[in-house]
Amino acid sequence: MTQPLIEIRSAPHVQSAKTVETIMRNVVYSLLPICAFYVFQYGISALASIAVVTGACLLTERFFVRTGTQAGRLSDYSAVITGLLLALTLPPGFPLWMGAVAGIVAIALGKALFGGIGFNVFNPALVGRAFVQAAFPTAIATYTPSFLPGRFTEFIPSTLAWPLMIPADATAWLKAKNLDALAGATPLAKWKFDGVIANADELLTSLSGHMAVGPSPLLILLCGAYLASRRYMDWRIPLAVLGSAALTAWLLFAFDPARYPNPFFMLFSGGLILGAVYMATDMATSPVTPKGMWVYGALIGLLTVVIRYYSGLPEGVMYAILIANAASPLIEKITQPVPFGRGVLDRVKKRATYPLNPGYISREEASAVTPKKRFLPNKPKK
Amino acid sequence: MKLVSYFRGEAFQRGVHPPSCKLTAERRIRRLPFPDRVTVPLSQHIGKTPRAIVRVGQEVVRGQPIARSDEWLSVPHHAPLSGVVEFIGLRPGMRGPWVESIVIRAHAGATQEDLWGRPRDLSQATGQDILQAIWDTGMVGLGGAAFPTHAKLSVPKQAKVHTLVVNGCECEPYLTCDHRVMIEHAADLITGIRYAMRATGAVRGIIGVEDNKPDAVLVLRQAIADAAAAGVTEEIHVEAVPTKYPQGAEKMLITALFGAEMPAGGLPIALGMVVSNVGTLAALGKLLPLGQGLTERVVTVTGPGVAKPGDYRVILGTPLKFVLDYAGAPAVDAMDARQVILGGPMMGQAIASLDVPITKGVSGVLVFRREDMQERESRQTYPCIKCGECVESCPMGLNPSTLGMLAAKREYELMGEQYFLGDCFECGCCTYVCPSNIPLVQQFRVAKQILREKAA
Repeated sequence: MTQPLIEIRSAPHVQSAKTVETIMRNVVYSLLPICAFYVFQYGISALASIAVVTGACLLTERFFVRTGTQAGRLSDYSAVITGLLLALTLPPGFPLWMGAVAGIVAIALGKALFGGIGFNVFNPALVGRAFVQAAFPTAIATYTPSFLPGRFTEFIPSTLAWPLMIPADATAWLKAKNLDALAGATPLAKWKFDGVIANADELLTSLSGHMAVGPSPLLILLCGAYLASRRYMDWRIPLAVLGSAALTAWLLFAFDPARYPNPFFMLFSGGLILGAVYMATDMATSPVTPKGMWVYGALIGLLTVVIRYYSGLPEGVMYAILIANAASPLIEKITQPVPFGRGVLDRVKKRATYPLNPGYISREEASAVTPKKRFLPNKPKK
Repeated sequence: MKLVSYFRGEAFQRGVHPPSCKLTAERRIRRLPFPDRVTVPLSQHIGKTPRAIVRVGQEVVRGQPIARSDEWLSVPHHAPLSGVVEFIGLRPGMRGPWVESIVIRAHAGATQEDLWGRPRDLSQATGQDILQAIWDTGMVGLGGAAFPTHAKLSVPKQAKVHTLVVNGCECEPYLTCDHRVMIEHAADLITGIRYAMRATGAVRGIIGVEDNKPDAVLVLRQAIADAAAAGVTEEIHVEAVPTKYPQGAEKMLITALFGAEMPAGGLPIALGMVVSNVGTLAALGKLLPLGQGLTERVVTVTGPGVAKPGDYRVILGTPLKFVLDYAGAPAVDAMDARQVILGGPMMGQAIASLDVPITKGVSGVLVFRREDMQERESRQTYPCIKCGECVESCPMGLNPSTLGMLAAKREYELMGEQYFLGDCFECGCCTYVCPSNIPLVQQFRVAKQILREKAA
């Protein structure tokens, strides 16, 4: 009889259902409602922007996976996440060719350069955005108001700019719609340059006015709560980012209310919510240790508020996250968990409900004091 | 019991909750027939390997010692069958390499009674006498680690033991042998606990049972009440602890029961405790008064590939093939790729040959069919995405993510010195949760082995 075929594998022989694919797929699912509302806000320009940026990311990823430059597969959905997030951080009327450049740079410089999924040091989507921010400073600062009439039939003129050409100015186009150019400014730019602080309802959904806010913060929080409850995302980082930003903003607000905006405005304006929930929680670029996650998140929150208040830029989330990404290996190194039984002995003693032995004996001591032959089992008599 | 865990909160920090899959929890323990040939490996436990004290062609009766060593950390083996020693030499072993074994062929028509044991009265025996009697039974930890029981229960002169912790957690999925033993041999277990308490000088015994076995808790409480009514004065409690893997590890169980964290590198004796498994103590309670040797144990034969899963009383040395034939593992007859595991699915050993015998440390036999493994096989291995799942599941509070990356870079010394690789007891939680499908535990095993070889 032939021996039946048996396979050998190392323990454990069972595994939880969670894989890289399921994590990434669920993040994509949670991004879909946000994208849908974003398209509802800004119309077909936003749709085209999301499609082009995500497409560029996927094609670049495919190229690098095919040539064997980077690990991972296209089906792990991580490039889709990068594309969607990148598109959500760009203005809705961002020229499509610039969006494609952003997508290519995000994957090529942000991810493939380091070796692909898991190896990237910086959040790929933010690398792409930082690149276009430096390359196209005017285009990336040009926002259009949301809920424009005819947004589902007509592109924002800058969207369809020819490659390598400067996009058309939106001012004339807005004038034709009886809106002044300032209507297209973001709440943060308005606060920074004009000292106007937007209302809460405008910030949260922008349903009432024509304010050029980004993706809806309320929806992002909701989708983030879904991810955190399914444990596809760590809840500590968003909490730390928002908590530290709110605390810093509140301290400054309490110090001088005339000069600094209220913390609520700081939290819900700009990309802070999107950054805290989706960008800062990028697994590969955040620390793995629980303590490190708190430190990392707090650093992002603090840096965001500092950049917003004291730099020439209205928005600081992107740079805050990139700086924290760079600091994350260091943070991880100094926040290693304390292994079981290696904590302070006093704490160990305090937690014990039964009295401990006064003379603690280590394993080495125990073996040293144990005689090698306590008793001689049936030793033959000579 | 759920209420208990609600109010007590988490048992110990981190850990995982794999699906329990306890298919055989409701079935009575049944005896497996005697095979016509048994293979007794000489090395069945941690410590020194005993040497054979029988020769080929010698007739042995069931329960007769056939291997012995004079070393402290070693126990004798007893003949599981009445028969003739047919062969002494290398046979397939559990870990792969062939090991020195004694093969005994059964006498057809022998009664297979244990005729060797001599009943004795241990009611006035000292702790040292009981330890000697435990050594005579050849008892090792039946939970899986197979550490000689007399060594575990002997207390160094300087130390004092106040509590005997009895481990009835059985946190591994699929396995139910300890569960059934607690229910069906509760009286033996109480007897065994009393002997162990006298051997160690403990003033109280605490049985820790996971709260997914409420029936065992009730049966044990009843057994303790019965014993107390019969005049037993020892203080024995049953405590339900919240179900979580790896609760069966002694450090985790002590934390769950007392909230005390065992100092790293120490033994439970440092906290004045000795931990032993319910299966071991139940077997002791049965064997010690009879003066018999350990010749059989309860094994859970289960898994999707087994037609008649159940807890079987198997004589030691029974070849796996015989066990699986009896339990009806249909996949065994087909030329189908599958996996046979000795022990539980989290820490068990996949074996390469069905000629491997059941030994003292085998608590379960698991059979997975080809279709059960397909999902795992189709999984791709990704680089570590630093999700932190492993850090949040490691019961020892290590950082498996960083350890894994260091292992890939062969930085074994760094792993041992700065990241406490030595604290890892290979429970498998990190590999269980890893979404990137990285064989972390295997990497750690290799790293530990290399470090051991370097130190030697």
